[in-house]
Amino acid sequence: MPGAEFGAEVRSHDSTGVIDLHGEINLGADQALLAAYERAVQNDPATVVLNFGDVDYINSTGIALIVGLLARARKEHREVRAFGLSEHYRQIFAITRLSDFMGIYADEDSAVAATV
Amino acid sequence: MTTIPSNMRRVLRREPRVRPSTEPVAAPPERVEAPPVEIAPNDPLIAYFSGATGAVDIGALQLDSPALEALREAGIKLVVPLVSQGELIGLLNLGPRRSEQEYSADDRKLLNDLAGHAAPAVRVAQLVREQEAEVRQRERIEQELRVAQLIQQQFLPEELPDLPGWQFGAYYGPAREVGGDFYDFIRLPEGQVGIVVGDVTDKGVPAALVMATTHSILRAESPRLVAPSEVLTRVNNLLVDEMPAHMFVTCLYAVLDPETGRLRYANAGHNVPYVSTEGGVTELRATGMPLGLLPEMEYEEKEATIAPGDTVLLHSDGLAEAHNGQRKMFGFPRVAALTGEATDGEVLIDRLLKELQEFVGPDLEQEDDITLVTLGRRAAAGGGGPAPEAPPAGAAERQLAAFEVASEPGNERLAIDQVAEAVAGLGLDGPRLERLKTAVGEATMNAIEHGNGNRPELPVNVSVVTDDTDVKVRITDQGGERPLPEVETPDLEAKLAGLQTPRGWGLFLIQNMVDALTTTVDEHHHTIELVMHLKEASDARS
Repeated sequence: MPGAEFGAEVRSHDSTGVIDLHGEINLGADQALLAAYERAVQNDPATVVLNFGDVDYINSTGIALIVGLLARARKEHREVRAFGLSEHYRQIFAITRLSDFMGIYADEDSAVAATV
Repeated sequence: MTTIPSNMRRVLRREPRVRPSTEPVAAPPERVEAPPVEIAPNDPLIAYFSGATGAVDIGALQLDSPALEALREAGIKLVVPLVSQGELIGLLNLGPRRSEQEYSADDRKLLNDLAGHAAPAVRVAQLVREQEAEVRQRERIEQELRVAQLIQQQFLPEELPDLPGWQFGAYYGPAREVGGDFYDFIRLPEGQVGIVVGDVTDKGVPAALVMATTHSILRAESPRLVAPSEVLTRVNNLLVDEMPAHMFVTCLYAVLDPETGRLRYANAGHNVPYVSTEGGVTELRATGMPLGLLPEMEYEEKEATIAPGDTVLLHSDGLAEAHNGQRKMFGFPRVAALTGEATDGEVLIDRLLKELQEFVGPDLEQEDDITLVTLGRRAAAGGGGPAPEAPPAGAAERQLAAFEVASEPGNERLAIDQVAEAVAGLGLDGPRLERLKTAVGEATMNAIEHGNGNRPELPVNVSVVTDDTDVKVRITDQGGERPLPEVETPDLEAKLAGLQTPRGWGLFLIQNMVDALTTTVDEHHHTIELVMHLKEASDARS
């Protein structure tokens, strides 16, 4: 069954690239997520913040996409932070240890402020 | 300078000539080094100097010696042999005195004393230098080995193909001095898979580099050409111009159509693959010259059908040509016979390595790289048919739902929603329900993709039951018997460093979401059971 299609918008918040994610992060999100990241780093920000507030499903392939994005950001010496994760996905980010490499914040202001 | 053979490497010298007397006396004499003088090992001068007790005036010597003539021509007047522990290790050569007088008895005594002290020091310096050179040489060889291993491992596939109804196995064991073995699996159009096993002559870095080139050309050309004979012809033509002298590559290239079991293959001088079939062992023979020797070679292309239950072995000669302490070879007949007894590729690889170890013994170093690749068609491949009966329910077990979803990517969401609906009345709290949903989604994805190969006509069956303590979700695919891989914790550091694929989280997630995980199989089906306790949910609510 097709779920909510993935989408991503990019904006800047205090020189930080913010990516607002929507829908499902699964295999179909691959290209759009990559394109969003490309746009977010156009001005070479030191930090990229992912907004998961409107994401309702992340499967193991989606986890792999986030790992790939994080790997690329680390290669480019960029920090990745996240907010808006439900308690369930916070737990999954902890189990997979993604939260060891990506700061998890309660809201956008604290995620962005922590980078200043 | 006098150059002498053997261990006589160092020669002390002094300026042998003064400038001609026609030069103005006031000008300081120019220091001129004597040209090197070669002394042949059989020159009688060596024996003479070895036995001399001190400085030798070579002007008075009567010897039929080319070296003596050369020394005289170089302007040498006096030679003081340097002897350490009875061994001639060098010569101290002197030209005429600047005073144009003969060397006095005092001069000779001084020179003899100097030689007596200098010789042991020179010998020590020689030994130190020789040892340093040996260490450098050893380090260079070790470094080369490391480089060769690095190149080699860089090009080995990280994963085996995962095709429903098929089982692949691979083993690569490098010799200490790495050979040029390689294997690869290449994704081809229309779901076909290219399978490569090859071996470069020579060892070390040169072999590894040729391997890398061959690997890259195969990867580039296979998806375009597909047909094994055309692929090998093309690879050969590209390699011929690049190949260093005396090197070549043997290579078996096969193309498998997993739907039909059709295996097309061509062989560039590599070992003949064996197939374990119901009727015994067969060979996949096709003729062709190794790659990189001659241009415009043609390769015979043949095909076979791999039937359900068959296992194919592709192998490099490191296995069959391994020797034991009595210099007996493990041998191709033995490899063929062991293949004939195989019913499972991975078991076959383990068996071959165990038999080899017993044959060779524990003390002998592995002579050459060993590469083994197996592909087996499961007896149940494509079987389909109705799902097996659910495991017998206990007295208190009752079914909450039973449904099926078609094997199309994304349909795991259907399974998630229907399971969530079925367990709604059980009072699972929010977090536990979310965990169950994630586990159901991942298990259904596995069933759709790995079990049923994304074939929509093959259903994934889902049943949900409960008793007083647990809710159990059973997810069944048509992929037939396959063992549940051991659940490993993914190495996130390696994935972030780009050393591993970012994927590989599914099974790990499932295991961490539910309270228990079991699998059951029969000839045609594979069932994963997810168990979530209800009691903890009750506690959480209170």
